[in-house]
Amino acid sequence: MSINRRQFLRRAGMITALGLGSSFVISGFGKKAIAEAAGFEKASNDLPAKRWAMVVDMSKFKTEADYNRVIEACHSLHNVPNFPDTKNEIKWIWEEDYHHAFAGGFNEYLDDHVLHSPFMVLCNHCENPPCVKACPTQATFQRPDGIVAMDFHRCIGCRFCMGACPFGARSFNFKDPRPFIEEVSTEYPTRTMGVVEKCNFCYERLAEGLMPACVEKSNGGLIFGDLDDPNSEVRKIVSTKFTIRRKPELGTQPSVYYLVGGGEHA
Amino acid sequence: MLEKALSGSKRYWIWVTLLLAVIAVGVLAYMNQFNNGLGVTGMSRDVSWGLYIAQFTFLVGVAASAVMLVLPYYLHDFKKFGKMVILGEFLAIPAVIMCILFIFVDLGQPMRIMNVILHPSPRSVMFYDMIVLCGYLAINLIVGWTTLGAERKGAPSPKWVRPIIYLSIPWAISIHTVTAFLYAGLPGRHLWLSAIMAARFLASAFAAGPAILLILCFIVQKVSKFNPDPEGGAFQSLVKIIRYAMIANVFFYILEVFTAFYSNIPEYSAALRYTLFGLNGYNSLVPIMWVAVVLAFLGIALLVFPSTRLNKVTLIIGLLSIIIANWIDKGMVLIVAGFVPNSFERVVEYVPTLNEILVTLGVYSIGMLLITILYKIAISVREEKAS
Amino acid sequence: MYKGGKIFASLIIFAALFTIPFFYNMGKANAGPDVALNTPAIQQLPASDQQCVESPEFMRANHMQLLNQWREEAVRNGQTVYINSQGKEFDISLQDTCLKCHATESASNPVVLNNPVNTAGVSNPAINDSPQFCASCHDYSAVKPLCWTCHFEPKEAVK
Repeated sequence: MSINRRQFLRRAGMITALGLGSSFVISGFGKKAIAEAAGFEKASNDLPAKRWAMVVDMSKFKTEADYNRVIEACHSLHNVPNFPDTKNEIKWIWEEDYHHAFAGGFNEYLDDHVLHSPFMVLCNHCENPPCVKACPTQATFQRPDGIVAMDFHRCIGCRFCMGACPFGARSFNFKDPRPFIEEVSTEYPTRTMGVVEKCNFCYERLAEGLMPACVEKSNGGLIFGDLDDPNSEVRKIVSTKFTIRRKPELGTQPSVYYLVGGGEHA
Repeated sequence: MLEKALSGSKRYWIWVTLLLAVIAVGVLAYMNQFNNGLGVTGMSRDVSWGLYIAQFTFLVGVAASAVMLVLPYYLHDFKKFGKMVILGEFLAIPAVIMCILFIFVDLGQPMRIMNVILHPSPRSVMFYDMIVLCGYLAINLIVGWTTLGAERKGAPSPKWVRPIIYLSIPWAISIHTVTAFLYAGLPGRHLWLSAIMAARFLASAFAAGPAILLILCFIVQKVSKFNPDPEGGAFQSLVKIIRYAMIANVFFYILEVFTAFYSNIPEYSAALRYTLFGLNGYNSLVPIMWVAVVLAFLGIALLVFPSTRLNKVTLIIGLLSIIIANWIDKGMVLIVAGFVPNSFERVVEYVPTLNEILVTLGVYSIGMLLITILYKIAISVREEKAS
Repeated sequence: MYKGGKIFASLIIFAALFTIPFFYNMGKANAGPDVALNTPAIQQLPASDQQCVESPEFMRANHMQLLNQWREEAVRNGQTVYINSQGKEFDISLQDTCLKCHATESASNPVVLNNPVNTAGVSNPAINDSPQFCASCHDYSAVKPLCWTCHFEPKEAVK
């Protein structure tokens, strides 16, 4: 039987494709083996909520110690590295002054007290998060309780979410973070180089019935709760007092409210 | 037909060896980045996209520009482009491959790139970008290879290629529109949050891409016996397209400048202010931006007046001016200035590092090597047919 | 056959090169992995509790799939408790559930705790080593798990 080269290559190619394809199919059907009757559930202390939110009571943030305590609580628990240059900086919560935190509309006659207040700035866990829309792998996703979470296993480090976030809340691991962690905490894993990270509203603590680390250490400066629960403190504050949020005109519906008013809250 | 690329003159092999050397340096630079992280680049927490994504943005435009030959020739029977269409398609293929490579080298975790396919995210523009880029690469490979192969055998192209060619026309428009959508939908970046982004992208693509193609055609004429414009007039028709596309591009830019400065909303004009005049004392992009402005007008002028566009030397200067002006404006300035000022109204400037530049040169050399190989094949087939 | 001599010679050389790994290791003894299934931590547990999350046969075949499932459920769906096929509940944690039993002292890395700030920022492979339990099989099969660039061994071992 004489066969020319083209026919030979064509037949070899088809047989290879058939072999590879069927091997995938067969192994796909075979691979059921995850245990029967296994299941998953939430931890018993897990705090349920529909919309976690935070109120920053600016009357409680006056000194450097006030805000450093809060930042330290978060960054040390979560192994946030401390890079010497701001280029590679990673920060989950930090302080900004009024005009930089609430950019847009410079008010030259602003009350001196507000001008110099240290505003705690962090991921706003928006209800309509542009970063979640942007992520091509859903490595950043919105949980049913409103928290915008990061799956560090899935992140490909494309940094589209960093471009999408209007609040500058996200940081990227430009280098391996481990050598730059001042004191390692084994409560929470570190991240690896090449992934994006940000505040996670301490969902791992919420799963154990604890408040976020920053809230716990804030001496009442940060109030945390479920906006959907009419009896929560955050709901009461937000619906009765005047609070401001960062860049509300963008429609992302941030979940971090700032209680700034004068009078009884100054 | 690949064997055509394996035989060539001494000049050809010297050029290929040079490209391989630059590629090797680029690979070493990338290994350094892979092992030590993207901290070896100039990107920062505030300017999180830089040289790599700038090149990607520019090259998607170059890839899309093949449509400026395909559309007149296949849809409107403009026979003069007949000999040039294959060169357009064979420019689009390396351009798309370079785009994909630039995205790859920009990733923090490139080994996980399959996650984009394993976990489809229909709300993400980047998901669609991946689809349209890969699809466009496939279309151009199939169309280019099949039509050239058919021509080599002296037979007409098979009928099934036609619908794919027609598909490539809207697909080319879509790849650049989707790339523009990456930027134009982000609520926090006011330089990009403009409806005219996609229009600007297409106009600058149809100016820079065909200009690059024309320069390549001149090189082809110089180094081989193949003349892409045997009847005459094809080159000048392409010049016409480049001229009007560039005028449209500059016009759209002026529209942006008007909206930003006349409305006087600080957020809308801050980034343009930074690139044109400097902001808060930071002005590293200002001289670069004005070079682009001058070159843009120079290029348009040289292409408008018959005395300069019919003279080969001034024509080439005009084409290079347009290419460089678009590369600066759409590449470096647009991407970097999108992050300036940052979400806190602070300016953080960006300068690419040597490592970044070497990786970029490496990727460009890969693209140029592919262009060389594909063009060598096309030219050899044509020369073979002619003799 | 055209150039048959050269073709056959090249084929033989190719086959020889391709099979070098087999010939190189022929006759050498290579002990299989020595997996510590009976660490002091396990022996301290009451006999009824000594069963792992699932049976050893299951874990041997499917531990990576199980870990992937755990990751999906814990990180993405907020379900941090696993109910195994016998109905027993486990907290989903690589560090506190798996390694509580399966860590061996030799794997602990004081480097992690006492690490001075390293301004060079270069990745230190000593910090990212796999614990001995995992490494014993994974080194043998040359499959490197990436868990340890982020996850830790349990607090007791690290101390």
